[in-house]
Amino acid sequence: MLQGKKVICIGERDGVPAPAIAECIRTAGAQPVLALTQCFV
Amino acid sequence: MDLEDQGTIKKAVEDNGTENLVVVLGSPDAESAEIYAETVTKGDPTFAGPLAGVPLGLPVYHILEDRIKELVDSETYQQQVGMMEFVLNKEAITAAMEKIRRQ
Repeated sequence: MLQGKKVICIGERDGVPAPAIAECIRTAGAQPVLALTQCFV
Repeated sequence: MDLEDQGTIKKAVEDNGTENLVVVLGSPDAESAEIYAETVTKGDPTFAGPLAGVPLGLPVYHILEDRIKELVDSETYQQQVGMMEFVLNKEAITAAMEKIRRQ
């Protein structure tokens, strides 16, 4: 599902931020191509 | 999702193509997860941004879903996601993601 895939990470400050998602999916063999963290304050 | 981010996503899709591309969300609740998922599958539901009327049709998952967690190194997952797995409503988020993937 993630192995060899390119991933757009859309995180959120009040949830899981994008850099954390990117770090995780790298270990699953995926490549983050975009990391966006939404913030609503 | 703000308009600038929609434009950034649209460009990333144009640069990388849709064939090998997946979206992974980190939204704090089922409602926002659903809106983001809808935006990257069917297009901007508010019809305001660059993704309005642009059905990207990307596979979309949430980092809290077990099917994603199982693929990630457990130590890294604990460090990066850790407590949020227990703080956020994982069941509701998972149900929302399954619903949007069925549509």
